[in-house]
Amino acid sequence: MKELEYPFDSEYILKKKKKLRRELLESGKTFLKKKIAVLGGSTTNDIIKILDLFLLNYGIQADFYESEYNQYYQDAMFDPQELIDFAPDLIFIHTSNRNIRFYPEIADTAETVAQKLADTYQEFENMWNHLSDKYHCPIIQNNMELPSYRLLGNQDCVNPHGRTNFILQLNDRFHHYAETHDSFYIHDILSLSANYGLDAWSDPFYWHMYKYALCVPAIPSFAYNLSHIIKAIYGMNKKAFVLDLDNTLWGGVVGDDGMENLELGQETSIGQAYVEFQNYIKAHKDMGILLNISSKNEEENALSGLSHPDGPLKKDDFILIKANWEPKSINTANIAKELNILEGSLVFVDDNPAEREIISQQLPDVAVPEITSIDQYIRQIDRHGYFEVLKLSSDDLKRNDMYKANIERTAALQSFADYSEYLKSLKMKAVIAPFEPVYMSRIAQLTNKSNQFNLTTRRYTLEEITQAAADPTRLTFYGKLEDKFGDNGVVTVAIGRIEDNICHMELWLMSCRVLKRDMELALLDKIVDTCKEHGISEIRGYYYKTAKNAMVKNFYGETLGFEKISENGDDSVWSMMIPEHYEHHNQVIDVAK
Amino acid sequence: MTREEVYVKLNEVFRDVFDDEDITVSDTTTANDIDDWDSLEHINLIVAIEDCFGMKFNMGEVTTMKNVGAMVDIIMSRI
Repeated sequence: MKELEYPFDSEYILKKKKKLRRELLESGKTFLKKKIAVLGGSTTNDIIKILDLFLLNYGIQADFYESEYNQYYQDAMFDPQELIDFAPDLIFIHTSNRNIRFYPEIADTAETVAQKLADTYQEFENMWNHLSDKYHCPIIQNNMELPSYRLLGNQDCVNPHGRTNFILQLNDRFHHYAETHDSFYIHDILSLSANYGLDAWSDPFYWHMYKYALCVPAIPSFAYNLSHIIKAIYGMNKKAFVLDLDNTLWGGVVGDDGMENLELGQETSIGQAYVEFQNYIKAHKDMGILLNISSKNEEENALSGLSHPDGPLKKDDFILIKANWEPKSINTANIAKELNILEGSLVFVDDNPAEREIISQQLPDVAVPEITSIDQYIRQIDRHGYFEVLKLSSDDLKRNDMYKANIERTAALQSFADYSEYLKSLKMKAVIAPFEPVYMSRIAQLTNKSNQFNLTTRRYTLEEITQAAADPTRLTFYGKLEDKFGDNGVVTVAIGRIEDNICHMELWLMSCRVLKRDMELALLDKIVDTCKEHGISEIRGYYYKTAKNAMVKNFYGETLGFEKISENGDDSVWSMMIPEHYEHHNQVIDVAK
Repeated sequence: MTREEVYVKLNEVFRDVFDDEDITVSDTTTANDIDDWDSLEHINLIVAIEDCFGMKFNMGEVTTMKNVGAMVDIIMSRI
């Protein structure tokens, strides 16, 4: 819904929130249902109502627990039955600098100031540790916004008696805790309030009248930013760019102007602005975002533009380059198919509103930011929070290389007549083992991001993955796959629950990057071997249909040779009796013992 | 702007905030007359009215206004 995307009209959202909610719920979407506890140090009423709208727009329907006014600490520390019964999936602590009780006084000694800082911080840390122990769910915590006045003027940030200095140090400690603890995320209102305008944000009118820690008109910006963290936790980040070239990545039209005459580089202001934009896009590669091009150009002209000596982006930075005269909607849809990702994972960046309109019409799941002029492009993309980072993994750094390697594999396939000869030529090596701590973050991420090759689409938080690994009644499996072209990292995850000598597969997913390599056969072999060691005689597979996993409807039957034992609408249950003598199905991957 | 013109715009705001096309307010309307008009929705109403008429109520006015008529008096004195 356009009204809930950047740049939105905050007053409109506040005024029309009832109608917007009605329309979102009537959209017929299937929503992911989550329970969110909001523990507030100030009024939270409209924050929840507007957060609800942004989450619905992301496909998340939240049921909220709201603490009584300013009872965040009590609810966090004293285990109210109502919160325990609520059993939150996620906890958000809404505090602000209004909740700092012991600011330094000018007359305080250095020791007293240090003690006040330590005590203030410790209260928060105690809350986070207790909540984590009690509820084992992700926690989101506001950091502190800057004070609305500076008693010590420009010394307020320098002198330890200054409130600015106090808040900056407190934030440092908050950020350090977040850096060193999983499933704990800072909601950065320090930056958000600066961005919005601190004078407006901290208007004392709203505090004194309604005990809102921010001005009411800022609530949509606040809730929007918060919703980015939440949708990221539930695997809804975008994964790739589809970029135009002319007047998007450089000034000018390369087919008409020639590469030498493009505005790109230090010669002109516009050229400099385009360099800055190319650097911004390029930086996404290291976050694991895939870069692709769809440009209405002859391929040689497109490549010529990308070879401009002053352009930070080069041909090799991109996975797929579609330079042709086909409609961009077709190119974009093909990019999704060839990368094996959903259209909803793409961000389409094009300066031409007509092209943007075509994509919005033909491929409504693709994100299409409105960009106006080169000096504004970065902001106009950045504020959408498409790629909200939770934690960078080493897989993210390598993701572009992994996808490029895949394109190379597809090319190599052309030269083999026999497919299994081709597979053997890849010299694939795999490790399939029970969950290990070093991969648990990535494993949890995969359970939230995988939609297509996912039999049960069961989502797990990091805590739940850790619990599964420790659970003696469950068998856990992760699989890494590499071949002569590169390392794919962790690509498959499965969890089996043992009950009455039957292993029930509550989770089986695989990254679409490694389709048709027989990795699923290697995993089945490992599951069978493990079951035999445990004296388990039967494996049951479950398929729960979603809008996105039609590809695995008959996976258990067709690929693994299970027998269908029951059906319930589109869902199905399958069974394999483990034979006395089981021959490994996988013949092409070398699996480490 | 005349008082009638203010009421035309004010009714729009009330209808949006409460998502009810049937609402019509007058000088004697109070919070008791509209379901959902509690102290927290009051904040939204004030913000939406301020945005609509390009003015701001001060703290004293927000606490003392007894009915919509008083609200309109203030709006008219500001625009």
